[in-house]
Amino acid sequence: MGGFLKSSIAKKVAMALSGLFLVLFLLQHFTINLTSVFSEDLFNELSHFMGTNFLVQAVLQPVLIFGVIFHFVMGFVLEAKNRGARNVKYVKYNGGANSSWMSRNMIYSGLVVLAFLALHFYDFWVPEIVHKYVESHPEDASRYYSEMIVKFEDPIRVAAYCLSFVFLSLHLLHGFSSSFQSMGWNNKYAKGVRGLTVAYAIIIPLGFIFIALFHYINNL
Amino acid sequence: MKLTLKIWRQENAKATGKMVSYPIDGIEGDMSFLEMLDVLNEELVAKGEDPVEFDHDCREGICGTCSLQINGEPHGPDRLITTCQLHMRKFNDGDTIVIEPFRANAFPVVKDLIVDRSAFDRIQQAGGYVSVNTSGNTIDANSIPVNKHDADDSFAAATCIGCGACVAACKNASAMLFTSAKVSQYALLPQGQVEATDRVMNMVRQMDLEGFGNCTNTGACEIECPKGISLENIARMNREYLSASTKG
Repeated sequence: MGGFLKSSIAKKVAMALSGLFLVLFLLQHFTINLTSVFSEDLFNELSHFMGTNFLVQAVLQPVLIFGVIFHFVMGFVLEAKNRGARNVKYVKYNGGANSSWMSRNMIYSGLVVLAFLALHFYDFWVPEIVHKYVESHPEDASRYYSEMIVKFEDPIRVAAYCLSFVFLSLHLLHGFSSSFQSMGWNNKYAKGVRGLTVAYAIIIPLGFIFIALFHYINNL
Repeated sequence: MKLTLKIWRQENAKATGKMVSYPIDGIEGDMSFLEMLDVLNEELVAKGEDPVEFDHDCREGICGTCSLQINGEPHGPDRLITTCQLHMRKFNDGDTIVIEPFRANAFPVVKDLIVDRSAFDRIQQAGGYVSVNTSGNTIDANSIPVNKHDADDSFAAATCIGCGACVAACKNASAMLFTSAKVSQYALLPQGQVEATDRVMNMVRQMDLEGFGNCTNTGACEIECPKGISLENIARMNREYLSASTKG
């Protein structure tokens, strides 16, 4: 595996696969979050299932954490290598004439998403792990909704969430369809993939922003 | 037309270069960009200064020799042309034009605006060919039926002139558009199948060894390519590479 990942194309494909895996995870996360808007009970039920199911906790969660870390680390490795391929920079470089801002700045949109993940882990994942595995509280299937909404009382945190999702949208606008190209999937369906990319990259982050604002306004 | 040229001057491969400004007058819109540089060089020679070194050969847009990063874009602001096909009517009186060599570690500067693009030759030599027995019993290539669509795509890939604009345009200095065009032109034809596995593995290995960056699908190469080589070729090369990897 290490030998295979030495090649430039293999690195591209690895980035694409880990990215698409995270795209699928995001859809699942969004679906569960959305239930919090219309049903406290359903949100609690789904959150409890995700938080206590053995398969989710012992298998899918480690796979997800590995996927996230792999995507970020490989992103940094590729960025460093790519920057190193041109030691003497251009005095004038007109990147806007031939490529999108999103495609040229994946490292920056990715860094914002990484910063958001740190906040997200601090807000939800770390307290959850402490609650379950460190302090070993008894199971309580009704606690998730109330624990969640208090996080959306602070307007600065809500603003940070919203801004992060704008950058996630920019990241997805290039990354989603780009991963198909990396895997060699550029054919008569490419236009459809591009359309799906734009729809996904706008609807899902906008949905997350809507959920955050909904709970903030509800808390007022 | 009166212009200010800001040109990269570098004495040799080891020297430190710098941008130098040259005012120039009397440039006509019908001149090609290279003819404009010829005018500048005549003036410099008349003044006893070193002329600006730049690559050029056919001046018809087919040899791939002329290069130049002009105002931040390889071959200048126009599309589907090489620098020799760029005309001064694309610029306005009073403009400042920044002229730099194609930049990539794999394309070291030889002098001024001339870079060494032999990395492309080595990628081609690593597998960009078909082995044909020519000892008197050569079979006519046309006797093997080829799907029209494949033949057209192969020809389109083969129109790559190896100028290096893809590398120059790419923010990562990646050579994947060039390499993929050379892989594709054979991968699409029956004559290319015999050596297909070794070809893509060896050409990609050489491309990586030369120190080019990795492709991040910005698409800048496709836009700046004077021959319109498509990104589909990179996707095809990726497929060929993954397929070849599984064959060992």
